[in-house]
Amino acid sequence: MTLTELPHRTQAIVDSVLDLGENDKIARRLRELGFVDGEQVEVVAKGPLGAEPLLVQVGFTRFALRRSEAARVRLRPTGGGT
Amino acid sequence: MSATALPLRLALVGNPNCGKTALFNQLTGSRQKVANYAGVTVERKEGRLHSASGRSYAVLDLPGAYSLNAASLDEAITRDLCRGFLPGEPAPDVLVCVVDATNLRLHLRFALEVRELGKPMILAVNMADVARRRGITIDLAALQRELGVPVVETVAVRRNGARALVERIDRLVAKPHVPRTHLAETADHGAGTAQALHEETRRLLSAAVGMPTRTARIDDALDRWLLHPVFGLMALAVVMFLIFQAVYAWATPMMDAIDAATAWLGASVGAALPQGPLNSLLVDGIIAGLGGVIVFLPQILILFAFILALEESGYLPRAAFLLDRMMASAGLSGRSFIPLLSSFACAIPGIMATRSIQDPRDRLATILVAPLMTCSARLPVYALLIGAFIPQRQVWGVFNQQGLVLFGLYFAGVVSALMVSWVMKKWRRDKSEHPLLLELPSYRIPHPRDLLIGLWERAWIFLRRVGGIILALTILLWFLLSFPGAPADATMPAIDYSFAGRIGHAMTAIFAPIGFNWQICIALIPGLAAREVAVSSLATVYALSAADDDAAAQALTPLISDGWSLATALSLLVWFIYAPMCISTLATIKRETNSWKKMSFATIYLFGLAYVASFVTYQVAVLLGAG
Repeated sequence: MTLTELPHRTQAIVDSVLDLGENDKIARRLRELGFVDGEQVEVVAKGPLGAEPLLVQVGFTRFALRRSEAARVRLRPTGGGT
Repeated sequence: MSATALPLRLALVGNPNCGKTALFNQLTGSRQKVANYAGVTVERKEGRLHSASGRSYAVLDLPGAYSLNAASLDEAITRDLCRGFLPGEPAPDVLVCVVDATNLRLHLRFALEVRELGKPMILAVNMADVARRRGITIDLAALQRELGVPVVETVAVRRNGARALVERIDRLVAKPHVPRTHLAETADHGAGTAQALHEETRRLLSAAVGMPTRTARIDDALDRWLLHPVFGLMALAVVMFLIFQAVYAWATPMMDAIDAATAWLGASVGAALPQGPLNSLLVDGIIAGLGGVIVFLPQILILFAFILALEESGYLPRAAFLLDRMMASAGLSGRSFIPLLSSFACAIPGIMATRSIQDPRDRLATILVAPLMTCSARLPVYALLIGAFIPQRQVWGVFNQQGLVLFGLYFAGVVSALMVSWVMKKWRRDKSEHPLLLELPSYRIPHPRDLLIGLWERAWIFLRRVGGIILALTILLWFLLSFPGAPADATMPAIDYSFAGRIGHAMTAIFAPIGFNWQICIALIPGLAAREVAVSSLATVYALSAADDDAAAQALTPLISDGWSLATALSLLVWFIYAPMCISTLATIKRETNSWKKMSFATIYLFGLAYVASFVTYQVAVLLGAG
């Protein structure tokens, strides 16, 4: 599952960030901002048009990501209840 | 070299939104110099700090950065300066890395990157008061031990909130520095290093920081409403309406006062000196030119007071969040909205406000379309032409036809701007994905000192950098309008004999196809200084003596409604939608893009658009029998 598919106000754990193409600067920046293995994330708001951009809580910070950016973030499969 | 000859250089580095600039203001007070780094439009802020021990420091406020792996020009400047690689900038002696105590997961990672540079460094844990209120506990001793660099708490917005920091800096520079790197150096800066930095950050957090909740309750509550798809947009509309009202309405009395003061000064000086070219240069050239520069200040100050307050409070990025999708489909970004809105009052503060757009491509697109927003200077021209040519009558029982035309002109400007930015998006060579990746920081109450310093900087930049160009061009224009003087037996207005008059007559060859007569062409030339001057220039050309723009418009109305065809009037109205001939706007574009090429592009495309649109309007109107 990627961050774009995560339901509103549901917590999940980041698995990794996918590089789209070689030397993907956006993927690198996402990792620098804290989207790394084991980090908790949550979608806390969505933009008014087409649910874009997404407001994502990671660590203690909130970032607005467009869907194409959020699609790079792969989440750990959730086991049953969570 | 003696130790007193050169002050030691401190550089403040840190993530965006860490309160770095507030700390810089606290350290240096009003002893600041704002300029650009050589050759780029990245702001360089330097100030002086005198410590209690008598040492003097040059303090540099570096652009905010998320990483030394630079992703923007701002970050590249920070990276190069920290490393001492920036030409013309000596390496800093001490790096003060500023972190927000409430956002340590993100900021400590960057602090670790800075530590790896191996320079003398102090970690300033800023906003310690906010952290305490949120129940966050930070064991400074443990953090200092684990990090291996001095750690101090600061509260940038409180008096003496940086005293501990200054004392610590004094102690640090008193003893020699032993450089060392902390993490094992890996040859590549790939994923391995990135992961190591994150693991080290987590280790530091668990060793020294207690965090009861990940977010502030107030942020959650405010965001629930302010980012709501319906209520959020309504709140934004209210904020926008307030800004627009303020810039448009509150500034008017001040601008009128400046106009009156300029006129009074001109009249006094004119009366005191003998008639002649010197008198004319002083009154019509220099005093009028200076007045024309200063008259923009009220709008600039009011607009920037709002923008700075919105930015400091954390609302500006939220507005960008709400509008990003809409603006992105037209090739702009959410952050373009406020500069464009401001341009309805005047494009000059609007273009200056694009500094809040970090992405250079989005910023340039916003600058280029800002002149298409109908600024207040076009209103007198619209009012004159609509009053003279559009009959006053009701449409569908409720609307006034004159009002509808005016609305149509505003609307046409907005639609044109969206189309132009959309076309630029399709045509530009760089089609790479430019990310939003926008941090929405915690809400904060802006500190008056930071607002005042910010306002002072904007006013100064405008007066120094833009004012000079406007003044020079106004004087050139005065020369064209005044020389050569009319002969003694002149039968036509003096302007007819001047260089400007000759140029106006020559221009008719180009402007006849869009229906402009020679009087309009001449009036367009002084209209370069400010669009509304076109009205009083028309009065001059028609040899009317009128006290001001309003009186000129009243006297002109019967003359032009008899003398011009409807097609000519419509063509001129459309011309002013695009109206590229405002030298103040062009001077601002030159200043803010630091490029003659981009300014020329803006001039040519606006001129081309105006010509094509007026041509179509005139020819269609003539075909329909309005010629």
